[in-house]
Formats: sequence, structure tokens, C-alpha cells
Amino acid sequence: MVAVTPVLDAPRELAPAGRRRVRVWRGLALGLAAVYFLLPLATSFWFTVHNERQGFSLAPYPRILAAEGFGTSMLLSLGLAAATIVVALGLTLPAMLAVRLGAPRLRPVLEVVCTLPLVVPPITFVSGIGTVLRSGPDLLATTPFWGTLMAIQDERFPLVLVLAYVVLALPFVYRSLDAGLRAIDVRTLVEAARGLGASWPYVLLRVLVPNLRSAITGAAFLTLALVLGEYTVAALLGYRTFPVWIVTVAGSEGQLSVAVSLLSLLIIWLLSLALSGAGAGRRRSS
Amino acid sequence: MTAGVEFRGLRRMFGRTVALDGLDLTVRPGELMALLGPSGCGKTTALRCVAGFEHPDEGAVVVDGEDVTRRPANRRDTGMVFQSYSLFPNLNVRDNVAFGLRVRKVPAARRHARAAELLELVGLPTHGERYPHELSGGQQQRVALARALAPEPRVLLLDEPLSALDAKVRLTLREEIRRLQLDLGITTVFVTHDQEEALSVADRVAVMREGRLEQCAPPAEVYDRPATPFVAEFVGTMNHLPGRLSSGEVTVLGMTLPVEGPLPATPEVDVLARPEAVLLTPDPDGEGLVVTSSFRGSSARLRVRLGDLEVLSDVPGHDTVRLAPGTRVGVGLVRRPVLVAGRAGES
Ligand SMILES: Nc1ncnc2c1ncn2[C@@H]1O[C@H](COP(=O)(O)OP(=O)(O)O)[C@@H](O)[C@H]1O
Ligand SMILES: [Mg+2]
Repeated sequence: MVAVTPVLDAPRELAPAGRRRVRVWRGLALGLAAVYFLLPLATSFWFTVHNERQGFSLAPYPRILAAEGFGTSMLLSLGLAAATIVVALGLTLPAMLAVRLGAPRLRPVLEVVCTLPLVVPPITFVSGIGTVLRSGPDLLATTPFWGTLMAIQDERFPLVLVLAYVVLALPFVYRSLDAGLRAIDVRTLVEAARGLGASWPYVLLRVLVPNLRSAITGAAFLTLALVLGEYTVAALLGYRTFPVWIVTVAGSEGQLSVAVSLLSLLIIWLLSLALSGAGAGRRRSS
Repeated sequence: MTAGVEFRGLRRMFGRTVALDGLDLTVRPGELMALLGPSGCGKTTALRCVAGFEHPDEGAVVVDGEDVTRRPANRRDTGMVFQSYSLFPNLNVRDNVAFGLRVRKVPAARRHARAAELLELVGLPTHGERYPHELSGGQQQRVALARALAPEPRVLLLDEPLSALDAKVRLTLREEIRRLQLDLGITTVFVTHDQEEALSVADRVAVMREGRLEQCAPPAEVYDRPATPFVAEFVGTMNHLPGRLSSGEVTVLGMTLPVEGPLPATPEVDVLARPEAVLLTPDPDGEGLVVTSSFRGSSARLRVRLGDLEVLSDVPGHDTVRLAPGTRVGVGLVRRPVLVAGRAGES
């Protein structure tokens, strides 16, 4: 998550001994967490740079950039992530606002619908998509929906994947936006702005979006991480996204594939920093 | 800039709840009208119909002679101050105040000048760079007022703007709202459930009940000559004294008084009397007994036991000595036409 949980201060009235005990426990928990997260990363890194014959060498890293398919698959995944973020936010935010302002009683329905993808196992989801794609032409061939879908198909940019990822991202986007919407009084802000003469697009873009910036950033980041890490759907549908590429490479070159995984982690981390930077900034206006 | 507002037979249902039940009311240009009534009587709904946030099922809202019932909220030219804090959290105070001008594409220099002018007017000239979360509740409502006034709306709508504030701020701010309203001469509808607030700031008070208008009159008239028992009950304090109707007159506390207002069907009635209309005379054989006395400077409110009845009476402050608690008193009423209601508070 992008949001940083505030560290709770130790209760002030504790005696010094008690405070020390709290500090010890806190250190222990932190240490355990660090070991849990960092140890695998460290050993992975060690694996990429150490080898029986040559000893220490950073050689696999430059090789990544030269490796066949790295650039295209990375770009594909980033493009998919961007499209997914736009579509998921573009669907979810207006829907959630409409429900809040116009039909509060539909809120649980929207919540259930948006959370549903979380309880469907990925493999079920993929085989579902497979079935639809296989039997779709027979059943849907004459509908405008299918026609449109076919018309906008593109070998280099698989829209099917975007649609699938939007569904997978819905629960995260929903949760993130829901938290943001709970923190502000949507109705009053909207009415205040409308009363002062703002049109609906103005209200959305200049009043609500700025006040939901961190929620939107959070949603975007979760979606990005999801798309850059999703293997099952892409592989089964036969597209070579970044994770699929990593797995292909892993078959032939062990060290290289682990190095790529580490690198992709770094990239995601940097992107998320950039995103939250964009979310935190922009305090100034007019 | 200043315009009259008319509510013409407004009806609004929420499911089976009738929020407005044919509300008719005319607010004159430049007037401060208080909409007063118990919680849930439809005050907010009526106000939101003027702002365009709510749409009546029947009836019309007319501003300055124009029917605006179907006009969207952003083209109604009304300024609204909400009950809850409503400043845009991402904008500083100056940009909040200038919001309506920014929407109207007023150039930056002019809207900043206007924002500064309004912040001066509401007594916050140095707070322009602050953010809403850095302000107290009272300051936030002042900024909200400045923001509503900045685009020079035709009508100012206030929905219980003071109810979230503590008592002291509430008093000063309501005085200031009134001063500002008089200075600008802006037509204002002020919604409140606090009768004292309504009586102290308004030119006229419209008392509402269950979505309808009960009475609309200047404060003194609403207080002294309430049109219905409901108004009498809601505005100020009322004693209920058992009385008996006969041929248009009522017998109460051994006196016979003329009756005004509607007559209940049964002869057994409650006579409604203000504490200042209850007269006490020290009398060792009197039926009343002064129980408590709370001194308020120029006057004092006495609680008098009369059989199994408790009666409140306001007396001049200097009378508290001869009417100290424990004194036996005779109880009477000022000789004036009285309002009566069906027995036991059903009205
Ligand atoms: N959006 C709404 N949905 C359902 N009922 C509502 C809504 N707004 C108001 N009501 C109902 O309409 C009645 C009048 O409400 P309101 O105008 O807010 O009263 P007031 O402001 O005088 O307290 C109340 O019974 C309230 O519960
Ligand atoms: Mg209300």
C-alpha cells in the first residue's frame, strides 16, 4: 500500500521499565518482519551474483537489457497496466459517486459486485474466459458487443487482457476508493460546488479528484502491481507479458530470470514511489 | 442583486414520508426570513428546493419573479451555508472563498481582491493562506459564509449554520450574520430549530410543522400572538392550565377570559399562558406555593406548585424578596384573550 500506517507512540504513562519492554517487543517484531521480507530477497540477489566457477559477478544484470524480449514484454505490461488503471478508475469512480449521491441503498450491491473477483480463484476465472472466447463466436457472433470486441482486437495490444485485468483489479480499486470517499463528505462537497456554479465535470475533476488523490493513487498502484505480476491469465491466453517472459527465460537461464525478478521488483517500487510522490504533491493551487 | 423568493405549494415525498406538504411562503427582497420548526418538519428540504439540490414533486420555486423549479443548481445563483463543515479541504481559505469566482472565470487578480474583501468582512483578514483543517468550527463557518457571498448571489440560504458551534460562538456569529445581511441587503432564508435564534435575528419568522406553514409573522407577533397552539407551544415557554370552555369563554384559575384562535371540540381544555402572563400575589391563604426561584438579573423565573400542577411565572427581579421559595401565593392570569388547546397537549 502507498499509505503509511502511523507508528503508534508507546502510552505515555508507562513506567521506564514498561517502556523499555515495549521498545524491545517493537524491535523484535520489526526484526522478524525484516527477516521475513528481506532474507528471500538477499538470497535471491546472492544467487544472481555468485557462481561456483567465477565467484562474484554482476554480469547477469547488464545481460537483462540485452536479452531478447525484455523491452517489448516490459512495455506491453506497462501499457496494459496504464490502460487497466484508466478503465478501472473510469468505471469505478463514477459508479461509486453515482451510488453515493443518487441511490445509497445500492451501495451494498456495488460492494458485493466489486469484491466478487476476489473470491473466484484465478484458474476458474481463466478457464471461464477461455470458455467464453471459444464458445463466444457461436453465441454472440451477431451481437454488436462481439462485433465491437473483434473490431478493436489488436495483436500487439490485447484488449482482452485489459478487460480481464480490470475485473481482477476491481476489488482493490473499490476498496481504495471506498476508503477515500469515506474520509470526505461527498454530498456536501458536491452540493457546495454545485451551488457555487460548478458544472458536473468541474465538480468531478476539480473538487472530488483532488480530494481523493491519495485514494486514486493507491488504487492505481495496486492495479500496477497486479498487472506487472499477473501470470496465469496472460500465459493461458498466450500473450507474452513481462511475467510470462520471466518464466520463459527462467527455463533457459536461471540466474538471469531471478535477476529480472529482482529488477522488476525494483521497477515496481520506483514506480510506486513516483505515483505516491504525484499523490502527495500538488498542494498548491490557483 | 436582491430578489424575492416564493415557495408555491411545494410538495415533496420521500417514500411514504411527507417532507413538504404544500408549503406556501413569500420572502420579500432584502428580508431575513427564519424558517423555524422542530427537527424533521421539512425546513432543510424546503431550502434545498431553492438551492436546486432537491426537486419538489409538486409546486414551484420562484426567485425574482422567475420560475426556477427546473433549473439546475449551478445556474440558480444562490449562496448556501451548510450545517456541516463544507469547505474544500484541498484549497486554502482564500481559494475556497474565490471558488465561485474561479468557476465563473474571473481573472486571478480580481478574484483574489474580492476574496480578501470578503475575508475582511467576516473578520478573518489574515487567514487567507490557512487550510480548513487549521481553523476552528466558527472560523470555518465564517469562511463558508464568505464563500457563499463572494459571487454576489441573489439569495443567501443558511441551513442551521450555527448548530455545530458552541454556545458563545453561536451568539456572536448570529449577530454578525445579521449585521452582514443588513449591510448587504441580501434576501436570506435562515433555517433553524432554535426559536431564540429565529426570534433574535429575523425580520419575519415562518414556523413550520409537518411540511406546512403554521404562521409567518414578525418575531414579536409570533411570540405575543401565536396563530395556533402549536406555534405558541414551540416558541417560548408555555404553561398548561386546566380550563373549561363555555360559549366562547374559558374559566381558568377562577377567572373567566375570552378565547382567541381555534376552538377545540371538547369543553375540557388546556389554557396556554406565558410565564410573564402568570401573576403572583403573596397571600398566606393562597393555593400556590413558590418552590424554586431562579434569578436572571432584571427578572426571575419562579416555579410554583398549584395543587398537583407546576406553573412557571416570570416576575420582575426585585420581587424575588417577597416571593422567596416557601411563600404562599395567589395565582392569576393577565386579563387578555388566551389560546386554548385540547386537553393533555394534543393539539
Ligand atoms: N433524502 C431523504 N431520504 C429520505 N427521507 C428524507 C430525505 N431527506 C429528508 N427526509 C425526510 O423528510 C423529512 C423532513 O426532513 P428535513 O427537511 O431534513 O427536516 P428538517 O430540516 O426540518 O429537520 C424528515 O422526516 C426526513 O426524515
Ligand atoms: Mg435540517
